[in-house]
Amino acid sequence: MLSKIMGVFARPDFPLLLREHVVLSAVALLIAVAVALPVALLVRNTPLGATIAINVGNIGRAVPSLAILALALPFLGIGFASALVALTALAIPPILINASIGLREVRQDIIDAARGMGLSGGQILTRIQLPIAAPVIFAGIRTSAVQTVASATLATFIGAGGLGDLIVEGLQRRGPRYCSQGPSPSRSLRSSRSSASAGSRGPSPRRGCRSRRREEVVN
Amino acid sequence: MSDLALLQDVIGEPKLIDWNWLKDNFWEYIVPAFQGHIFLSSISIAIALVIALPVGILCARYRKAYPPVTVVTGILYSIPSLALFAILVAAGVNVGPTPVIIALVAYSLLILIRNTVAGIDAVPPETIDAARGMGLTSRQILFRVELPLALPIIVAGIRIATVTIIGIATIGAYIHGGGLGQLIFDGINRQFPTMIIAGAVLATALAIFADVVLLGLERYLRPWARARRA
Repeated sequence: MLSKIMGVFARPDFPLLLREHVVLSAVALLIAVAVALPVALLVRNTPLGATIAINVGNIGRAVPSLAILALALPFLGIGFASALVALTALAIPPILINASIGLREVRQDIIDAARGMGLSGGQILTRIQLPIAAPVIFAGIRTSAVQTVASATLATFIGAGGLGDLIVEGLQRRGPRYCSQGPSPSRSLRSSRSSASAGSRGPSPRRGCRSRRREEVVN
Repeated sequence: MSDLALLQDVIGEPKLIDWNWLKDNFWEYIVPAFQGHIFLSSISIAIALVIALPVGILCARYRKAYPPVTVVTGILYSIPSLALFAILVAAGVNVGPTPVIIALVAYSLLILIRNTVAGIDAVPPETIDAARGMGLTSRQILFRVELPLALPIIVAGIRIATVTIIGIATIGAYIHGGGLGQLIFDGINRQFPTMIIAGAVLATALAIFADVVLLGLERYLRPWARARRA
């Protein structure tokens, strides 16, 4: 069992899939931070704006990750770009919620004291509000990061690769009754786009035999 | 179908929503998927509560047990759902609703246990002293004082867990767990946007509906918060 798992790490396509997974997650998270933080800063001094931002974030967090990824497919097509848009949309709500709450919870008397000491609005932001809110803001980014890396496994369903390819392949090799799909959309779609990468992706017959044997044991 | 045709079909599909298909398949396909989703989610949250409430109460009592419980449930929580489904299937659990329910229960444990402990912790010590002074046994204090006061925070946990579970349950359709994810995966397989949109929109609506209803319940159980907001 262990040697089989190590064998997967040694596959030629493993670094590629790992890189796809990391790039997809990291870029989505960066864009999400770049979108959510300015919005939270913008609404920090208006209670109504903060409430709206938090509520929008709460609704956004309720949307299932597979739903967003699948919805990207008919509108944006197959591949990296749609997965990136979907993962970014998934990554924004936790950051937006925590940043808005963190900035809102900075006590008003501290801000008043800072203003009394003659600090400008910008100084209050960088020296008072952001340092006090930082732990809550980073907690939001962390939640979002874990969730984005997890959701990136689903990118395989819309042909964007990542480590989800391996999971889906593993399920498919056990036979059609183990999962709801025939060929992985990722595999067939990407092989049509670049035949060069298709060669390295075909399952080796040796591993195929092994998985068949395992299936007999299970049944 | 060749790969190229498949690609063109997905991208070049002119009609996003085929209303006739929705009408024809409403009763025999969409409604059962919706019911299946509710079944999966509610049975999972029920099982998770049966486990999490006693564990949470024990953790609140015996503090040494809390860190290990948090570590284990925290690790379970961070496993990507598709990976957990695959691990359960590889471990020999037959595909179908069973591995999906196991995974959904595993995901909700962290949230439910954490909120149960936080809820009991939030009960003021003087309230418990007063109850003890009135002659209540510790069992009576638990059921008549601590748990009722902890209820809003526990319900807040149920709300987050339910929304999470409804979302993850869609992925369970990949290993034949049923539910609305079936529509999404079938839609991807057949390159039929109507099914994808129907499944995704219904799953989203169900999650938001559960969120709003449980948020209402949470507010109702927390009259002091309602007063502050007004």
